Amino acid sequence: MDDIGILVGPLIPPLRRYARALLRDRAAADDLVQDCLERALSRWHQRRAEGSTRTWLFTILHNLALNRMRTIARRGPHVAVEDAMLVGPANQEDALRHRDLLRALETLTEEHRSVLLLVSVEDLSYAETAKVLDIPVGTVMSRVSRARERLAAALDGQPAMRESHLRRVK
Amino acid sequence: MTVDRPITEDDLQAHIDGALDPKREAAVERYLAEHPDVARRIETQAGQRAALRAAFAPIAEEPLPPSLNLDRLIAARRRPAVPTWRAAAAAVILLAAGGTSGWLLRDTLATPESGVTALAREAADSYAVFAVDRSRPVEIRAEATDQLVRWISNRLNRSIAVPDLSASGYRFMGGRLVPTPHGPAGMLMYDDDRGTRLVMLVRPMEAEQDAPMAPSRNGDIAGYTWAQGGLGYSLVGPAAPDVLHPLADAARRQISGAI
Repeated sequence: MDDIGILVGPLIPPLRRYARALLRDRAAADDLVQDCLERALSRWHQRRAEGSTRTWLFTILHNLALNRMRTIARRGPHVAVEDAMLVGPANQEDALRHRDLLRALETLTEEHRSVLLLVSVEDLSYAETAKVLDIPVGTVMSRVSRARERLAAALDGQPAMRESHLRRVK
Repeated sequence: MTVDRPITEDDLQAHIDGALDPKREAAVERYLAEHPDVARRIETQAGQRAALRAAFAPIAEEPLPPSLNLDRLIAARRRPAVPTWRAAAAAVILLAAGGTSGWLLRDTLATPESGVTALAREAADSYAVFAVDRSRPVEIRAEATDQLVRWISNRLNRSIAVPDLSASGYRFMGGRLVPTPHGPAGMLMYDDDRGTRLVMLVRPMEAEQDAPMAPSRNGDIAGYTWAQGGLGYSLVGPAAPDVLHPLADAARRQISGAI
């Protein structure tokens, strides 16, 4: 089990980041990562030696997150805790930009959000992302494109609308 | 100048992610130079990609909470899984109850389940863990069935056979060795065209070396379990009993023919 520390250790921060970006709740995200690590430890011997540990761990985590989000959805509407997950950007302008970005991300479907986070933030290749999400690479590509389009539209909509509204009032 | 393949949306996205080879990257850049509208859209999306990364980067810089300390998680796994307080509490009750009534607790303290009941539960447990696993349900795939059979047979010290359920629409996917409270067991997995998976567990039986086929149910997972010549078999899955029963019959027929 000595290679566990070397292989898994450096992946814990990115796993936390992905979990929190999906769940938008620090405690729930950390619980999820703990669950993921416990599973990984208990199934360590089943891991394919030639496979990527990162893809394997992200797959476990993603599936746990899906279950968790479904449970939350069944319990009722989710209360966004987006401000709680901000880690205090340096200045107020940054903070506002981050908040707009996170709000825009919230408007995406879970499918779009996860593909965007895996590809854009976690730097998984398209093939690795396809494995984690258990979909063909072609579907990853079209989802990435669609997700970026939606994100751009959501970001475009928010501040731009506010500004034009103000201008009209004047 | 060479004629490039037409630029696709996939190329543009891969350009944003820096995932193109240099030749294709150059072609995309030429294309963007000639199409300012597309270039603007892609530039915006690239900027948002950078903004997303920046927004989430600090999370990966935070110190890890103690609950995610890997050394602690590994150490926790080495401690006994069965809570010792339960055994201790039972001992206290036994002592307090004295010799006359203590024997009533005998059954709860001894192995709680044995025979085909235990096997059916173990099969359902294996199903719950492995059949839902989309990425790695089996350790050795059907292509290497010989190797799988050798592995399981060696560890069980018994020769096992893999029933062929393809006539009923279930393909053999492969299998692996799994642990049970009664030692190692061989797990075989099948699926049909709709992706419905079935699990068959086989292991040597200490109790009930020969037992007729009996139905079982653990939550949504139905099963049929039997024992024959010291080996127990349990076929479980999320199928209706009237679908599962003939499959189990077919498996039993083939096994008694093969061994």
